Amino acid sequence: MKLRLSDEDARFRDEMREYFTTRFPEHIRAKVLARQELSKDDIVESQQALNAEGLAVPNWPVEWGGRDWSQLQRHLWHEEMQLAGVPIPLAFNASMIGPVIAAFGSEEMKERFLPKTANLDIWWSQGFSEPDAGSDLASLRTTAVRDGDEYVVNGQKTWTTLGQYGDWIFTLVRTDPDVKKQAGISMLLIDMTTPGLTVRPIELIDGGHEVNEVFFEDVRVPAENLVGEENKGWNYAKFLLGNERVGVAPVGTTKRWLADAKEAAGDRLSSDPVLASRVADLENELMALELTALRVVAHSAEGKPHPASSVLKLRGTELQQAVTELYVDLAGPWALASGAGDGSSAPDWARVSTTQYLNYRKASIYGGSNEVQRQIISGTILGL
Amino acid sequence: MDFTYDSETVALRDAVRGLLGKAYPSSEDRRGATNTEPGFDEKVWGRLAELGALGLPFSEDDGGAGAGPVEVSIVAEEIGRVLAPEPFVESVVLAGGLVAAAGTAEQRADVLGRLSAGENVLLPALLDSGQPVSASGEGESVTLTGAKEPVLHGARADQLVVSAVTDRGVELFLVAGDAEGLTRTGYRTFDGGRAARIELDGTPAVRLGEQGDRSAAIDEVLAAARIAYSHEALGAMEVALSQTVEYLKTRKQFGVPLNTFQALTFRAADLYVSMELARSTVMWATLVLADAPERAAEAASRAKAIVSRTSRHIGQEAIQLHGGIGMTAEYSVGHYMSRLTALDHWLGDGAEHRAVLAASVRDHGVLEPLA
Ligand SMILES: Cc1cc2nc3c(=O)[nH]c(=O)nc-3n(C[C@H](O)[C@H](O)[C@H](O)COP(=O)(O)OP(=O)(O)OC[C@H]3O[C@@H](n4cnc5c(N)ncnc54)[C@H](O)[C@@H]3O)c2cc1C
Repeated sequence: MKLRLSDEDARFRDEMREYFTTRFPEHIRAKVLARQELSKDDIVESQQALNAEGLAVPNWPVEWGGRDWSQLQRHLWHEEMQLAGVPIPLAFNASMIGPVIAAFGSEEMKERFLPKTANLDIWWSQGFSEPDAGSDLASLRTTAVRDGDEYVVNGQKTWTTLGQYGDWIFTLVRTDPDVKKQAGISMLLIDMTTPGLTVRPIELIDGGHEVNEVFFEDVRVPAENLVGEENKGWNYAKFLLGNERVGVAPVGTTKRWLADAKEAAGDRLSSDPVLASRVADLENELMALELTALRVVAHSAEGKPHPASSVLKLRGTELQQAVTELYVDLAGPWALASGAGDGSSAPDWARVSTTQYLNYRKASIYGGSNEVQRQIISGTILGL
Repeated sequence: MDFTYDSETVALRDAVRGLLGKAYPSSEDRRGATNTEPGFDEKVWGRLAELGALGLPFSEDDGGAGAGPVEVSIVAEEIGRVLAPEPFVESVVLAGGLVAAAGTAEQRADVLGRLSAGENVLLPALLDSGQPVSASGEGESVTLTGAKEPVLHGARADQLVVSAVTDRGVELFLVAGDAEGLTRTGYRTFDGGRAARIELDGTPAVRLGEQGDRSAAIDEVLAAARIAYSHEALGAMEVALSQTVEYLKTRKQFGVPLNTFQALTFRAADLYVSMELARSTVMWATLVLADAPERAAEAASRAKAIVSRTSRHIGQEAIQLHGGIGMTAEYSVGHYMSRLTALDHWLGDGAEHRAVLAASVRDHGVLEPLA
């Protein structure tokens, strides 16, 4: 047991902090700190800046740009980015498909995709969910039928986040309809400009456009775009989703939001004991989460997500949502001024408060809903 | 002691439900109205007037129907059920209520008569925004300077009821929507509604009633509005819950409907428990308003404190239990959460009203809801 970071880890953290707060493109951080939406160009510029410093994909094998850091160092890197308002590298690229290709792709596939994936020269979308296959992902119906050197893909994906920017989409498709549902699934990489593929936007309740439906009508995909082996897609998907869960408790971002919320609350923290106790409670719960995250990373067996990562996803999203709710309450009637222009007296943070609160209801739904996390905890951990 | 509605009230409810059900059979129809200016359907406003809904609480001498809080609550609840964007509570209960409480007989007959007839969209502008509104000049006619924001549906108002601080306290004034020196910057609110920033610069106004502080009248009217909004929230919660229950029965995952999972059905049961407790409290508050108006402010705080908690519970869980579809603008349940969030933060949220209740918690031993 020890409380402090080792000298080496402390030095590591300081280096990260120094880069993120002094050398990373300032205009992007400013947007993040003001809780504004980033454009595609911002996200690309940000990841390319990180990649140039070797900071975009440290979790990958060294050969492909990874850094051979300890889990703790990866955690510190991730936290420092969030605290500084540096956008974390696009998850679809850096923590989902990249590691899968690195682990299961052919040599050719790695060379073709990994450098561009790290540098966000290719923007990946995640094409897993379907209208009737959400929590029950294995019941997906999009089919891929082998025809010579190609697969012919038909079906529909949904909830494709930022699919409007996507160059390529990694998909789960059914290649064998006659076996147990998990056994007949393959992972295919599909160029989103292929004829027969269309993207349709879905408007969310905050008025924004971040998810899409993707339709496949006789989309012909070269067989070389199959990841690993046919019908082994479910294994790769489990590997990928395990990675997705690790980074999904955005403790650093939530900590920064909460600190900013205190600033927005100002004098009210001394005159309103109920508000103060609510904030204190949130700080304490966030600390418990951060400590749990630290405990998990300090003990993670290399490469394998700790079983308690479900705790991080569950609690991480609950606290993230609680802080967005706090902002709306701080805004009070100003929350209604969501559409006001510059002449408004409502402060900027108050104007974005409710759309963000509504938008973050998604956090407990995607990436394995909180019910699914409870299922994992009760089943896998508690053995119920 | 009776919490059931009599047949006349039920008839009113059915009439309003019929009208609004036809106007907004789906959330897409509502979106059609909220996507075009002024953000609600003027025809529906006219029909509400024909039905007598816009004059419900006003005396017959003032052109109203002489009904009471129970009838008003019925309409508010129906508005909430379909998320009708028409500014019923703002216009009738708040702005109309202020005129009824403070206006001269002449002002009441004129302003409320036209409001009841659907000819005058009357809206309240009470919240100061950095530049408190001040009044200058004497007698009935004065000019106002300052800003109010957000003013719900302020850009559409034919006439505004504006509060201003004078050396007598807080007074109320009528301002025409097209008055000189009045700037209105309208915008959309996250729940599909409309609000505006209203700037007054030497704007001519007419004092409501005699000179004198109107704080007490404003407090009474605010209590009535809080109770009406609580009913609006109840209507919305009831539909959000029933849609969620329906969804649990029909959505299949893992080859079975979601209601096969006890974890989910228990949560639906908890939502029902929350909602029934909120309903009892809100109905009680309405009866207090009708029978013992001097206790209405406290009753309104109690109702709002419970409705705040319940509407978050139901709004958040309704989306969660729907999964991704609950997040979309094309599906209605998310709009219920948006609206509930707006209602919660208007006229004081749960925390604010708990603070009000906390301040008097030592004044009583046991709480006695019945007189
Ligand atoms: C904003 C957003 C972005 C997304 N981005 C992507 C993306 O980029 N790519 C992609 O492939 N997918 C994406 N998703 C999809 C996401 O992963 C699914 O929404 C999620 O898996 C839930 O599926 P569903 O929406 O169909 O809900 P359902 O599975 O229908 O679930 C409805 C409710 O029932 C609960 N439930 C379901 N089964 C059980 C059970 N057995 N026991 C207890 N409770 C259960 C759920 O937790 C939920 O509360 C995104 C979703 C959202 C909302």
